[in-house]
Amino acid sequence: MTTQIAKGSQGRPADGDDAGPTSTGSTTTRVLGILTLLGFGMLFALAFFITPADANQGDAVRIIYVHVPSATFAYTGCFLTTLGSAIYLWKKSQWWELVAYAGAEIAALFTAVTLVTGMLWGRPTWGVYWVWDARLTSTAMLMLLLLGYLAVRRLPADYSVRAKRAAIVGLLLFPNVIIVRQSVTWWRTLHQTATIGLHTKMNGLMLFSLFFGFVVVGVFFTWLLIHRFRVAWLEEQVLDQGLDAAIAERRAEGSAATSGGASGAGPVVPPNLATGEASP
Amino acid sequence: MIHDALLVAAKDLRLELRSRVAINQVLPFALLVLVLFAFALDPDRGLLEKATPGLYWVAVLFSGLLALQRSFAVESADGNRDALRLSGLDPAGIFLGKVLAVSVQLLVLEALLLAGVAVLYSTHLGGWPLLVSTVVVATAGIAAAGTLYGVVAAGLRVRETLLPLLLLPVLAPVLIGSTRAFEAALAGTPSEGWPWVGLMGVFAVLYVVAGVLGFGPLMEES
Repeated sequence: MTTQIAKGSQGRPADGDDAGPTSTGSTTTRVLGILTLLGFGMLFALAFFITPADANQGDAVRIIYVHVPSATFAYTGCFLTTLGSAIYLWKKSQWWELVAYAGAEIAALFTAVTLVTGMLWGRPTWGVYWVWDARLTSTAMLMLLLLGYLAVRRLPADYSVRAKRAAIVGLLLFPNVIIVRQSVTWWRTLHQTATIGLHTKMNGLMLFSLFFGFVVVGVFFTWLLIHRFRVAWLEEQVLDQGLDAAIAERRAEGSAATSGGASGAGPVVPPNLATGEASP
Repeated sequence: MIHDALLVAAKDLRLELRSRVAINQVLPFALLVLVLFAFALDPDRGLLEKATPGLYWVAVLFSGLLALQRSFAVESADGNRDALRLSGLDPAGIFLGKVLAVSVQLLVLEALLLAGVAVLYSTHLGGWPLLVSTVVVATAGIAAAGTLYGVVAAGLRVRETLLPLLLLPVLAPVLIGSTRAFEAALAGTPSEGWPWVGLMGVFAVLYVVAGVLGFGPLMEES
């Protein structure tokens, strides 16, 4: 499916929904969507009913089955953005530019989920929502870096301007994430030991649930990515078509005005008055 | 490339000398920030002296942001951006020249702010080798990253609000590193500060390379 979109993105899409998406769903995404729903149902049962509470953390440990996979896929999305931006700058492929955009948006969503679930876990475990732990701080910085990229990508400007500037920011996104993470880790570990040192002993079932969480969140990530990509692709198509339509309209107006002027054997209303233009 | 860089830097610095915006507006703003910190933190409890490294670098970042905005505002008038493109100068040279000009302005700003904290916060300055190295490396990092993100935001209607959002998270490692290094220098334990200088050095090199490579494509579009 992906190659078909790539073909469509380089020129005008041929008719039929194989050349380019005309809706945001396809058989693949429907299957992925159903798998996601079923998977989250299973994960819910595993997390809340089947797995036991942890000896140290109690019921709070159950949030980990969503929290850790979300964090991992937030970084995956971030990496996709840098990869897509690099390939866009190198090969001028709109397909990869849209992958970068979709990746960043979904990474922002998953980072937000990571932060919220992390804070909900921190409140019963540490007694506070937030501590200046290296991991928490660098996740918050990741969110801010992603928001910066998205702000550039959503600029009210031409596609080429938006895409190129966003691609430069996107290219630097992952290196920035690494440097920020490194500096924050140094910063915190020089002064105190890492706050997250709660070594939870996970039994087999809990490990399986965590692994299952990775699979479910991964499928969900893929489903979101395909949909977001298709929405972005359609958005750019609509903008292009809107521009084409506007140009055609102006041309039609122009030719109507000149033919009106040529035939001008005393029309009731002079054309320049009709169009509201100043007479020469 | 070096020749072009020197030309652009000389042009920007000449502009600053003649317009005196940096001296008349950016510098007073930096001093104002120092005074505002004194209002925000009770000056009688010794908090200011203890927090000097952090306050100093936050003041540098905020006033540096103004200097960077200014560095691109002078290019946006009268189609200067196009003129620079048409001038035949190497884009990498233009980037390096801008970085150089901003660095010189920042260094002047930082020297005066250092005098400012010594006087206003009665901070005892010491550990000069580390202090000076930190200032130089951090300045290079701020100027290089700032110039690169400055051109990303340049020429847009939203540039004033976009640049801080883009730049400040990216400069977080510089703020952390320079503050820790200053703390180490002032506390008389410079060995703790040098790794941070190294980290900021890596940061500066990364951004100079990214700018040299990326400035061409960014200048090409209108």
